[in-house]
Amino acid sequence: MMLQFELVAPERLLFSEEVEMVVVPGCEGDFGVLFNHAPMISALRPGVLSVYRNGRVVERLFVTSGFAEVTGTTLTVLADEAFVVDSLNRVEIEKQLARAKEALRVADTQPSRAEAERQVIVTETMLTAIRT
Amino acid sequence: MLSLTALRGSSSPNHHSESHMPSLKDFRQRIASVKSTKKITSAMKVVSASKLRRAQESVAAARPYAERMERVVSNLTTGLSPYTRENILLTGNRRADHHLIVPVTANRGLCGAFNSAVVRETRGLIADLMVSGKQVSLFCIGYKGHVLLKKDYSEKIVYFVENIGTKITFSVADAIGRRIVSLFEAGTFDVCTVVFNRFQSAISQVVTRKQLIPFQMVEESLAHKTHELSGTASRARALYEYEPSEEVILETLAPRNVTVQIFRALLESVASEHGARMTAMDNATRSANDMMNNLTLAYNRTRQACITKELIEIISGAEAL
Repeated sequence: MMLQFELVAPERLLFSEEVEMVVVPGCEGDFGVLFNHAPMISALRPGVLSVYRNGRVVERLFVTSGFAEVTGTTLTVLADEAFVVDSLNRVEIEKQLARAKEALRVADTQPSRAEAERQVIVTETMLTAIRT
Repeated sequence: MLSLTALRGSSSPNHHSESHMPSLKDFRQRIASVKSTKKITSAMKVVSASKLRRAQESVAAARPYAERMERVVSNLTTGLSPYTRENILLTGNRRADHHLIVPVTANRGLCGAFNSAVVRETRGLIADLMVSGKQVSLFCIGYKGHVLLKKDYSEKIVYFVENIGTKITFSVADAIGRRIVSLFEAGTFDVCTVVFNRFQSAISQVVTRKQLIPFQMVEESLAHKTHELSGTASRARALYEYEPSEEVILETLAPRNVTVQIFRALLESVASEHGARMTAMDNATRSANDMMNNLTLAYNRTRQACITKELIEIISGAEAL
């Protein structure tokens, strides 16, 4: 039996297909979801969703944060922002990282500091995702 | 507005003809002015048509996320364990004395009954709530609604967003959502309802009320769920496992749901606005056309009358000789 996997971002539906397994970057560690997984809802950390078919990764999708809802037959990922890893541009992200680090350096309030820190973590994870 | 001036214009030559015939020059001027009005309205119609197409696309693109979000939150609320601390954004604070109404309108007019429909609905809602002894506050989105409601309810307006820009992004909705949630947490209101134009088609927009806080399960999402349930037994309403914990998940999901619903209302409203403007401008262009035909007919008749009169004068002059 196959798992119905959907990845949705606020402004579009990125992925909706039947797959064998998806490895999800949960906030307390990665977990794999197969058909008949116990129902759960997990918050996500920035990272890559790896989609498996016939034992091989067929698609890698980057999410910045969000939630994953698992029912027995479906996995729905509600991402705050999501990208196909192959479509990410390394130079562009390196620029974003530099900007985020600069923002972190000049941040003086607690919320802006937290936001800048989050941005640094997201872009750094993105770069790792591209390399691997 | 344009169609009104157009109507007034068309009746005036008839009035004139009773007392004093308008000259050919008057006709030419009036025809020219109707023509330039028509140019403007038909250009606006074309612009709205192309904007409408883009707005429709973004409504369609945002629909999956909003629907899934609503379904997840519905599942969550029905499956909550009784030991969890309540999340007041979802369940409400057990009071319904103070209502916050969020009317969503456009920044500009010339779009038929688009803005006035939302304002009328809002006024009706305020009146109903006041009669039953509730308190009401307003959170206006869009310039037109704010201006129209300010006249009667200026003391009720707690916040307003006048310019949300031409492109609705998620971050715009997020800022509004956060503002509403923080007002709620500060105890400003108990129930929050959005009033907006839901997009049905280019010619029909439906004024809709949607309750944001406390969360209200929608029938369509319920129907959707039972449909899926009948297909797969394993989808039965099981209790979820939560990571990291039920409270943390709810604390982030509940405000996010508010934002998502606002995002959706904004997109629907923008699509409706362009649809309404397109229809209004189409009507205006058509009535400008009618008026031009009438004026041209009257112009030709007057011209013919002048020629006939001159001929008669010449002939009777020649006969007199």
